[in-house]
Amino acid sequence: MLGKQFTLRGALSALAVTAGLSAAFGAGAARADGMLFWSTQARPVEEAQAVREQVLAGFGAPVDFQPQDNGPFFTRIQAELESGKGTIAVLGGLHADFSTLVPNMIDLDDVAGTLGDAHISQTFTGLSKLGTDHYKYIPWMQASYVMAANKKALQYLPKGADINALTYDQLIEWAKAMKDATGSPKFGLPAGPKGLLHRFFQGYAYPSFTGSVVTNFRSPEAVAMWDKLKELWAVAQPASTNYGFMQEPLLTGEVWVAWEHTSRLQDAFNKMPDDFVAFPAPAGPQGRGFMPVLTGLAVLKTAPDAAESKKLISYLMKPESQVAMLKATGFFPVTDAKLPDDMPASMRISGAAIQAQSGAKDAVASLLPQGLGELGGRFNKVYTDSFQRIVLAGQPVKDVLDDEAKVLKSIMDEAKAPCWAPDKPSEGTCPVN
Amino acid sequence: MISKRALPYLLLLPATVFLIVFFVLPFLQVAWYAVTDDGGFTLQHFETMRQDWKFMPALTNTFLLVIIIVPIQIALSLGMASLVTKMKTGRELVLYIWTIPLGISDLAAGLIWLSILDQTGFMNSVLFHLGVVDQPVNHLLYNDYPALIAAVVLAEVWRSTAIVLVVLVAGMGLIPKEYGEAAEVFGASPWKRFIKVTLPLLRPSLQTALILRTILAFEVFAVAVALTGTNLPVLMSETFHWQFDLQDRHVASAYALVLLAVSIAFTLVYLRVLRVREEERA
Repeated sequence: MLGKQFTLRGALSALAVTAGLSAAFGAGAARADGMLFWSTQARPVEEAQAVREQVLAGFGAPVDFQPQDNGPFFTRIQAELESGKGTIAVLGGLHADFSTLVPNMIDLDDVAGTLGDAHISQTFTGLSKLGTDHYKYIPWMQASYVMAANKKALQYLPKGADINALTYDQLIEWAKAMKDATGSPKFGLPAGPKGLLHRFFQGYAYPSFTGSVVTNFRSPEAVAMWDKLKELWAVAQPASTNYGFMQEPLLTGEVWVAWEHTSRLQDAFNKMPDDFVAFPAPAGPQGRGFMPVLTGLAVLKTAPDAAESKKLISYLMKPESQVAMLKATGFFPVTDAKLPDDMPASMRISGAAIQAQSGAKDAVASLLPQGLGELGGRFNKVYTDSFQRIVLAGQPVKDVLDDEAKVLKSIMDEAKAPCWAPDKPSEGTCPVN
Repeated sequence: MISKRALPYLLLLPATVFLIVFFVLPFLQVAWYAVTDDGGFTLQHFETMRQDWKFMPALTNTFLLVIIIVPIQIALSLGMASLVTKMKTGRELVLYIWTIPLGISDLAAGLIWLSILDQTGFMNSVLFHLGVVDQPVNHLLYNDYPALIAAVVLAEVWRSTAIVLVVLVAGMGLIPKEYGEAAEVFGASPWKRFIKVTLPLLRPSLQTALILRTILAFEVFAVAVALTGTNLPVLMSETFHWQFDLQDRHVASAYALVLLAVSIAFTLVYLRVLRVREEERA
């Protein structure tokens, strides 16, 4: 009896495996018909499906969208480059993904020229040339960190301050006014263990005050910056060191004004769309530092039909496609595409702030750290440690920066990582002065 | 036919193999990671650890917590164990209730106390409804060091006093009643009997309880992390941080070895100070 059961179960599972395999092969065969769109973006299954159904379906020709982890993504590219013959039509990836592929990508100046109405922010077109004179990729979508405020906070804005063009001094003044008026600090930062505060230093404070992230780490400008941040912290909510996602204290009203990644503000904006505004980060002496998570579209030299690939890129840059991508992935257009009114509130509110931030005249784009590999965590620790020592523990600014600069230098030396924007391109390892 | 002499060793074999595979080998590996880099011997990882500005705070916080928590738990357990041994009925039930926190993981215990002490927690609700505070107060701020320590002490005492209690109750049960009765005949007060009779005879159990509890107290981790995040670094949380967030197993191993050294040192001290003579062993 038992034996019979086992055989039956065995047969059934064998059948299931065979069915699964043939389904997989069948799908593979069907997909191979379209142009291969090889991407590190939109990896979650639902996002990938949404990209296929809502974005690519309108292209007119079949497109085989294949999101991949970084490993397989580069392995296949390397294989195609080595054999000199490829099937990948279009690459979709982060700015950092492309930086190693520069000699193997075709110039896309003609595509950029045909985009016409779709104005891409100049900050991004500069980045997309990857240090050459030609467009190596076309900026595609972006996510970023912005400021969010409860509308109750707006009445305390300093006189004459434009919320879309604040400075760090005005932010401090604003936070102080709110503290004085309400009796409790209303400005907050995600300084808890799950918070992304290190990105605030790397992408916002340092670029705004020093125009650099690594090289000028312990410059006099950096000392001035930390002094300013101490002023800001004096009027900030001390519970900030417990905050992970700023949408939570924003929703409870514990905090009225905050800096945060757009995806970590969604809940607040969607639940109380009429209570919140989003706006660009403040500016310092060197400009309005901000950290875009920038994706782009590129074509390899081995692409089977470069003209078709360029057509697909032009299609993806159309305002309708950009809006469809936003809905599918939560990443925002890099163009000034008008966002329709039926968007979820969080996308509408954050989208306007992101476009204003990247389009600001004084914008200084600061990229995600590059070339650090597994040292990324220790790199971030340099910035959070500096914050904890200088601002929380009150240690002398200069001493701490000298100390941490040594750690930073050893990390850069170990990773042999060259500079990334806004630091000037370096010959070899990015220096820490 | 297995000979009588080989049998004990054979019976010990599974446990020995288990310990070697899952304790000794990982330990050797950790020790190896701590002192090597790319195969060569180095003390660089200990240097990195020592120069990290969080090392000294983590070390002092851990010691401070142990120094506060362990005596409180020993005192509480002695009192509770004395009560329990005197009880005629309902003894099992009381013991059962007192040991409930033992069944809860340390992370859960931390989260339970977080839900009480948090700004939006139960304590603030009660204080607010009683009119003591007019708005919820945050008791776990980074700059309120005594409050952070107190919160961790509170949660740890609540969570793990029962370990000590169980050991001491068992120990008290082994003390023959005659000694106490004799002291009573000679007119010793209950306090005197406790100090002069119970405590000295309890020394073997106290030693076990102290070693167990102190070693575990040095490993305080989840409770501290749940309640204070990164505001109160301890040795264990730094070990975790270096291993998983900073992806540096060498420095994490160095931290682990420091913990091991401290634990061994304290165990040796207890063994020496609370020396149990052979004839005292129950």
